[in-house]
Amino acid sequence: MELFDALTLARLQFAFTVSFHIVFPAFTIGLASYLAVLEGLWLATGRGVYLAAFNYWKKPFALSFGMGVVSGIVMSYQFGTNWSVFSDKAGPIIGPLMGYEVLSAFFLEAGFLGVMLFGMQRVGKGLHFFATLMVAAGTLLSAFWILSANSWMQTPRGHTINSAGQFAPADWWAVIFNPSFPYRLVHMVLAAYLTTAFVVGAVGAYHLLRDRSNEGARVMFSMAMWMAALVAPVQIFAGDQHGLNTLEHQPAKIAAMEGHFETRRGQPLILFGWPDMASETTRYAIEIPKLGSLILKHDWDAEVKGLKAWPREDRPNAPIVFWAFRIMVGIGVLMMLTGLWSLWQRFRGRLYDNDWLLRLAVLLGPSGFAAVLAGWITTEVGRQPYTVYGLLRTAQSVSPIDAQAVGASLIAFIVVYFAVFGAGILYILRLMAHAPRLDEPDIEKDMPLRAAGVTPGPALELAQGQRRSGSGGG
Amino acid sequence: MDDLAFIWAGLIAFAVLAYVLFDGFDLGVGILFPWLESEEDRDQAMNSVAPVWDGNETWLVLGGGGLLAAFPVAYSIALTALYAPLTAMLLALVFRGVAFEFRWRASHKRAWDWAFAGGSTLAAFAQGIALGALVQGIAVSGRSYAGGWWDWLTPFSIVTGVALVIGYALLGSTWLIMKTRFGLQQRAYRAAWITGLGTLALIGVVSLWTPLMNPQYMARWFSWPAIVYTAPVPLLVALAAFVLLDGLRRQREAAPFLASLALFVLCFIGLGISFYPYIVPPSLTIWAAAAPDSSLAFLLVGAGILIPLILAYTAWSYWVFRGKVDPAAGYH
Repeated sequence: MELFDALTLARLQFAFTVSFHIVFPAFTIGLASYLAVLEGLWLATGRGVYLAAFNYWKKPFALSFGMGVVSGIVMSYQFGTNWSVFSDKAGPIIGPLMGYEVLSAFFLEAGFLGVMLFGMQRVGKGLHFFATLMVAAGTLLSAFWILSANSWMQTPRGHTINSAGQFAPADWWAVIFNPSFPYRLVHMVLAAYLTTAFVVGAVGAYHLLRDRSNEGARVMFSMAMWMAALVAPVQIFAGDQHGLNTLEHQPAKIAAMEGHFETRRGQPLILFGWPDMASETTRYAIEIPKLGSLILKHDWDAEVKGLKAWPREDRPNAPIVFWAFRIMVGIGVLMMLTGLWSLWQRFRGRLYDNDWLLRLAVLLGPSGFAAVLAGWITTEVGRQPYTVYGLLRTAQSVSPIDAQAVGASLIAFIVVYFAVFGAGILYILRLMAHAPRLDEPDIEKDMPLRAAGVTPGPALELAQGQRRSGSGGG
Repeated sequence: MDDLAFIWAGLIAFAVLAYVLFDGFDLGVGILFPWLESEEDRDQAMNSVAPVWDGNETWLVLGGGGLLAAFPVAYSIALTALYAPLTAMLLALVFRGVAFEFRWRASHKRAWDWAFAGGSTLAAFAQGIALGALVQGIAVSGRSYAGGWWDWLTPFSIVTGVALVIGYALLGSTWLIMKTRFGLQQRAYRAAWITGLGTLALIGVVSLWTPLMNPQYMARWFSWPAIVYTAPVPLLVALAAFVLLDGLRRQREAAPFLASLALFVLCFIGLGISFYPYIVPPSLTIWAAAAPDSSLAFLLVGAGILIPLILAYTAWSYWVFRGKVDPAAGYH
């Protein structure tokens, strides 16, 4: 394989555009639920600080949501431009799943996002809370469909092959709830929650380092650290279950994640090393004997397959999978330790006073994004050399296109994405640089209109009455 | 059960038409941007489309997503064949989309003005080229694209690209006539005269060129008895052209916009007459490209429930923003 043939460039392009995209949904899924919790707490306790935090966080939410939509449009065309054979063959299954994702996202945006962002003054508290809950449910629904589509590519079920060589759905229930889907859904939603918690925690900590008495920052930091303490251990457990599921259905991926080349009883747990695909060994391995078998099979002496059990052309790229997996796990452990440390500080009544904890929380602000990206790299590179696992090879999925075409468009995507989304991310950071205030203004004054969703009219009508300049029929 | 494919072809045609009509005028406003001299005029023009453009653009996703689900092989062939123009279109739309948000807070307002104008024009041109390339026909072998990487670029596709830019500019200028007053409105009337005459001339050129290029289209339009059904289309085009030019002459406010929309609908129907029953001319039919019935039926349930709701919301949103734009209002 050449270094920059059309296939490699197409893979790079997809990796680039989807990595940029996933950052926004990962944040908005978590933030939507956080907003619902804040509003619920406000309604339950009547404490203004929750409403202030709600108003604070819905601004970055709106911007992030908008960028998720824009970068998502590109994704819906990438399948056809670069992966036309995949689209033809898997389209009858992937297409309707993504169609439901588009429709539910569209419906959510049209229906409830505008009310949530702009409707606080106009609709009753109960109806507004309902809209917030619907937005949160909608983001989860989007995640449901898109993760079902991805999981089907990992563990395809419920299909037949028709005369045109396409995957034809035979049993939609089996397609949607394919074996890896429940694990992937739980793992990703928890990842989104943790990602958001650490962003919120970092913002709280950043402002606490400047002003210990900032009540909004205290609430944010405290809630984020509860999430870290409670959800990070759950996530590690969920990840472990997901891994066992992968062992059952995609053992080659596990072998790459573990750096195992030999199939043997009593596999060691390799902590670090460099899996060398050419020499079929993991160099410089630091390992703990037999622990790999114990973790994967719950038996010291169980047999665990190594990569040599598969022909060379059927193996995923072990160094990438091995290291991406370690980055993800490392961040997860760091998150859990941060949560436990915060519990200890909380127990001592010094949660807001330990500079080192606050600094660590600021440092870990973007860690969730890194973990999400590393996790996706693990599972997607680990699926290789297939797009539909075991059935359709990546090399046979690509469009009949020239390397120059893919290369030129890749460069264009890189330039435009960094310019455009760079500016957007900068703006989100600027929003988060403002210290939380108890009289945090509602969104109306300083947010662009498009943030109200694709059809902001109804929400604005609710929010502003007839203040608009309607001078009679149009 | 063959009818499921037909229903889906109708749904996707509807989504594409909705996209062209809705996003057409807001892209058109962007195309006209360089000719709006004062900043106030540009602010007003942008405000007139700000509340609706995002909803307009979402039809593009529904069309693309629907095509993948219902006609996966057509999606994969067309998108590969139109690789360069579609990639250019997507990037142009990204640029133009964020210009709506960044223009109001950035210190480089002029730069985002150009991003908005350039993005709108490039997106329209790329769509026109893609359309022209599709009309010309796409080389298919087996189930994949068999042409070259530059096949989309021909004199015909450049003409359709220019035609769509000018046509969208007509939609944009007649939209501004309807939504603004005074100086900007007068400027929009002048722009509508130029783009209106240009659009009509280019409709003529493309309509004559298309059947000459392909005997299949020729037979569809001019053979007896097909001509009984096809003849009303050019007659209605003539009627819409009269309403447009007469409306501009009498300085009517809504008629030019509605007549321009009618022109687009008629051209779209004309395309449908030429294409049917092909989804990717000249060889791939709707039925040959359709996904299995189990796919079509499954998504149709969701589309049948949600598309009417989306349409209702869209109508409500346009109703809220009816009337003239307030020159004093900011982005809100």
